[in-house]
Amino acid sequence: MGKAVKIVLAGEGGQGVQSVAEIIAEAANEEGREVLYIPNFGVEQRGGVSVAFLQIGLEPIGSPKFEAGDIVVALSDRAIARTARYVGPKTVFVYDAGIEGADGCLPGNAGRVLAIPAIDVAKRELHPRVFNIVIMGAVIEATGVVPLAAAKAAIGKKLGYKFEKDPSLRELNFKAIDRGAELVAGRLQERGEP
Amino acid sequence: MAGKPIEGEKRVFMTGNEVVAYGALAAEADIMYGYPITPQNEIMHYWTRMVPKYGKRFLQTEDELSAGFTTIGGVMAGKKAFTATAGPGNVLMQEPMSMAEAMRLPTVSIVQQRGGPSTATVIYSQQEVILTTMGGNGEGLRVVYSTATHQELFDYTIKAFNTAWKYRFPTFVLGDGYQAKMRESLTLYDPAGRGIELVPPQPLLGAPGVPGVDRPPAQYRNTYSMEEELAEVLAKNIADYEAVSGEISEWEESGTEGADLVIVAHGVVSRAAKLAARELRGEGIRIGYFRPVTLRPLPAARIRELAARAGSFLVVESSYGQFTRLLKEAAYGAAARMIPLFKPGVGVTAEEIVARARELLSWSMRGQSS
Amino acid sequence: MVDEGAKLVNIQPVMPKCWRADTKPHRFCPGCGHGLVLKALGEAVDDLDIAGRVVFGADIGCSLLAWDLFNLDSVQTHHGRTVPVITGLKRANPDLIGICYMGDGGGYAIGAQHLVGSAARGEKITVILVNNTQYGMTGGQMAPTTMPGQKTETSPFGRDPATTGAPMQGPEMVASITGEGAYVARGTVFNVRQLKGFIKKALANQMAGRGYSFVEALSLCPTNWRTDAAATWNMVNEVMPRYFKVGELKVPGETGGR
Repeated sequence: MGKAVKIVLAGEGGQGVQSVAEIIAEAANEEGREVLYIPNFGVEQRGGVSVAFLQIGLEPIGSPKFEAGDIVVALSDRAIARTARYVGPKTVFVYDAGIEGADGCLPGNAGRVLAIPAIDVAKRELHPRVFNIVIMGAVIEATGVVPLAAAKAAIGKKLGYKFEKDPSLRELNFKAIDRGAELVAGRLQERGEP
Repeated sequence: MAGKPIEGEKRVFMTGNEVVAYGALAAEADIMYGYPITPQNEIMHYWTRMVPKYGKRFLQTEDELSAGFTTIGGVMAGKKAFTATAGPGNVLMQEPMSMAEAMRLPTVSIVQQRGGPSTATVIYSQQEVILTTMGGNGEGLRVVYSTATHQELFDYTIKAFNTAWKYRFPTFVLGDGYQAKMRESLTLYDPAGRGIELVPPQPLLGAPGVPGVDRPPAQYRNTYSMEEELAEVLAKNIADYEAVSGEISEWEESGTEGADLVIVAHGVVSRAAKLAARELRGEGIRIGYFRPVTLRPLPAARIRELAARAGSFLVVESSYGQFTRLLKEAAYGAAARMIPLFKPGVGVTAEEIVARARELLSWSMRGQSS
Repeated sequence: MVDEGAKLVNIQPVMPKCWRADTKPHRFCPGCGHGLVLKALGEAVDDLDIAGRVVFGADIGCSLLAWDLFNLDSVQTHHGRTVPVITGLKRANPDLIGICYMGDGGGYAIGAQHLVGSAARGEKITVILVNNTQYGMTGGQMAPTTMPGQKTETSPFGRDPATTGAPMQGPEMVASITGEGAYVARGTVFNVRQLKGFIKKALANQMAGRGYSFVEALSLCPTNWRTDAAATWNMVNEVMPRYFKVGELKVPGETGGR
């Protein structure tokens, strides 16, 4: 039937989780996919873990939330705990290698667990601010939900006004996507279905 | 001032609340009255930004009682007025909506269901079904559309205004917090471009002319002195409602011919139910799918027909049986068992429905009752 | 010789005794004014030694996040209904000290009728209303106390007093409809010591059975104001006092205004 790819992204407020989900969603939508994206929302305005639920497929999506993600990405220690319930035997669990104490609380039931040094790469090679774009590149490479070029087009659309003021930002963000993809390439035998 | 908000057709990707605001614009709504409550706030946020551009009006009231009564004032003045609410706000809204029901007023309200009872969660449920269909101290003479997709949120927001002004029953678009906050794609369109005529509003109060001179005074009440007076008024309203129930009610179904088990759901859960039924049919299993789009009036005749033929309905809802109760009333006397899959305040996935349906089918194959 | 650096590192902020330690850190946003008001309230309760008699009622909005903040019996009510719940409680058991904690939306919009009713009847309760000029928890909509020209989610072009009125003067209204024994004041988180003093007098007024007590506290919401630290303090100390006068409006036994 070609089931939708189920993606969970989670991190602290300000880490740019929702921005990444929005850009991937827009890119997939532009590519003509069926897309359903919903952020978590509760009573507190600030302070909770920010979670994005994204599904991309060929047919209308059945429900906004789901039980187990095909890929679950956690960008903080609290995010690892918060996303544990979305991890199943087929889940690829990705976390940032820089999270302190991560080893102790990683989900034991994931299909695969992958640490990627996104924050580190962003700090050393790019700019700390684009660390979420590095993550975006990794997610797209891991799932194949859209071509990288589509993601670049989408980010160009969303941040176009900023890129116009400072053209070097375009190159920085595109490089971040590519670096994120590189961090994952070859490290996964299986990919999610497009 | 800008021209028409939507020219031609436009494919977009936005949240449900934004879709509702565009739907109201497309329907040429004039004025929104509202009060903050999650998860429908963004309808107000988008509408207030559209106000100067399209010459619309907005009032944030002091609470939902006022939002409902000001909406009543708006429609009586002959404007396409609407409001939106959720949860505890919907509870308060029943006060004004009882008056709208009694007096046949064409109010339009969008309800984005959240967890209940009380404050519960700001997030999601299907627990405002009884409240929205039968709330207040009346007989449920209202129209309620339960949407499942953003396209429907747009389509039925436009339709709600037409239904309200044509048939003169308070009309509701029943969504939920997931629909409100999620993003998916749809096509915005100018209704005229699709041959949809918009029913024009008319003033009930303050029409041109001097009362008693040019025209009789327009005088409305909702109070009667004797039981018999009330009975007469109610009998007329009920007769009007029953006369148009057939043309207002809508539903969706597939695979019900010869199916012993029919999965029944409404609103956003119907998406999962539809997928589940399709998956099982793909394996050669005879399983049906039925979804009422109108919860009031419910497509009772079709429900009775199906309930007479099928062995069971698997009724799936994010509530503890509110939708099931409506089905049972419509199907009363028919043979089908109503088997629950209740998840009050929590979403339901196609996988869960498939699993439950498999359980039921294997039991029935083994001749066990479930 | 004292190592000043080590000494500074070891100092923990002092919590009021009636604060519940195991529910800290609290859930308010960074920079929120609620923490300051609730600390002043907690210290007032400590000083008056009434923890055993207090019932703390919290309204819907960010105030509800304080439902388990204290080591006090607490009840989170519906929006605008904290006053009637605490009124009912106090009428049923007058030995209790009833505190109603709410925001400007819960107090002056949906709860206005209850404010008026309870104040007019002179209920022996204490209302503490936190005024940050907008609806915080629902994402920053206009409130009765939103100031002229102030942009909010439902006044995106700035509040126009010609069509939506001027910022509501709550303590002034309460002072005018309450009887002789009422205590009414407006404090600010910019002067927590003064605010605590007002809250203590308000509670003492209830304890003495004299009448209604009401304290509005000018407060902060950098999250929805979208202001940095400097702009946030400027808002509460320079801008808000132009529309909301700080001070005591009504003190039992004292005649006349401010």
